[in-house]
Amino acid sequence: MALYAASSAASAAEVSVAVASNFTAPMQKIARAFELDTGHKAMLAFGATGGFYAQIKNGAPFQILLAADNETPARLEKEGLGVAGTRFTYAIGKLVLWSKQPSLVDDKGDVLRKGGFDKLAMANPKLAPYGAAAIETLTKLGWLKQLKPKLVEGSNIGQTYQFVASENAALGFVALSQVFSDGRITEGSAWIVPASFHAPIQQDAVLLNTGKDNTAATALLNYLKTEKAQAIIRAYGYDL
Amino acid sequence: MSFITLPEFDRHALSAVWLTLELASLTTVLLLIIATPMAWWLARCKSWWRGPIAAVVALPLVLPPTVLGFYLLVALGPNGPIGQFTQAMGWGTLSFTFSGLLLGSVIYSMPFAVQPLLHAFEAIGERPMEVAATLRARPIDAFFTVALPLAKPGFITAAILSFAHTIGEFGVVLMIGGNIPDKTRVVSTQIYGHVEAMEYAQAHWLAGGMLVFAFAVLLGLTLMNRKSTQVMR
Repeated sequence: MALYAASSAASAAEVSVAVASNFTAPMQKIARAFELDTGHKAMLAFGATGGFYAQIKNGAPFQILLAADNETPARLEKEGLGVAGTRFTYAIGKLVLWSKQPSLVDDKGDVLRKGGFDKLAMANPKLAPYGAAAIETLTKLGWLKQLKPKLVEGSNIGQTYQFVASENAALGFVALSQVFSDGRITEGSAWIVPASFHAPIQQDAVLLNTGKDNTAATALLNYLKTEKAQAIIRAYGYDL
Repeated sequence: MSFITLPEFDRHALSAVWLTLELASLTTVLLLIIATPMAWWLARCKSWWRGPIAAVVALPLVLPPTVLGFYLLVALGPNGPIGQFTQAMGWGTLSFTFSGLLLGSVIYSMPFAVQPLLHAFEAIGERPMEVAATLRARPIDAFFTVALPLAKPGFITAAILSFAHTIGEFGVVLMIGGNIPDKTRVVSTQIYGHVEAMEYAQAHWLAGGMLVFAFAVLLGLTLMNRKSTQVMR
């Protein structure tokens, strides 16, 4: 192992990765492990997938996109900005209705029907797959119309979490990865939305043209498929 | 550039434009009311407090909107000092409301109202007020009949800058607005949404409009300043 690290350090390279906000915590952990194991360096930028798309289209120097959906990577590949055949699903996101208050959210989501709250936060459904999944869930439950006046939108899932964490919104639909660690919800109360309530939040990765000859980029994409990385991803509540 | 369905786009765009104008107008009116006594006090005051208070008023010039937005989000929330106060008054919390945006805009644009008024009041100096006093005008009368008319160019500049700066507000609105149509979705956040959603045609329309507006305001301000300096000569 030491030999491996030493030999790879000799050819250590750097890779810039655009990471969807919901994957912030696991990716930081994975990047640390990746750097220790391979000697390469991963520079991470976090944000909304749509924003990254606009930046990549206009020449942003990212070599990998870890999107919050599967459409954006496919679109980049079709437009010749992503390398064909490099796309794969690195995680399947889970939606959770979460409140910082310990007993507001019950384990069936009945709170949505009962009311007793002022604001319900979700990510902008046009920009974020977790927002689209939240709308789908409310539609399926038949409560969208009644809850519409209470909806507030974050521009991405990170901002949505912030609205709920600061209690400006009593509850909100966020990514499970944001409130989950070591196999349990870290604080407050939550309802993990059953996967059958919305289309799967399939999060895809793609190698961008700028990273075609970057050894660190290829190494990182391979690393995401290792047992070790997948264990981290699962620990944050994602499916695989 | 994709084809856009005009009726739908028109409705959302018009509502955002209208809301933006409403926010900017109300902010300007409130700011002129608040900034006038403040600038007057700063122009006359010789106390030690003048320095620190002038600095606090100018803070929004230097601070990134994210700092203001973050503190406002925390302060307006149910556990923040403003949130505690508004809840005690029975108004609920102000985040995600038009009133919340108004409060944010007043703070954010404050220096743009105070600075021009301060300069105008300082330029008047003590003399006209002393003359008015010797003519037995009460201080409050002298303020309204002497100081205010003399400071008119300062008021016009303050009003235009507050209005224009509020139109250009983005970060604070994004952080405390919640993107609610007809309530907190203004033109700048609407443009951001279009860009992120890859709706570049809509983004171009609104962004182009903003560009023309900003240019017109600055051109108007320059022409007006030149005219008023000619009059002074």
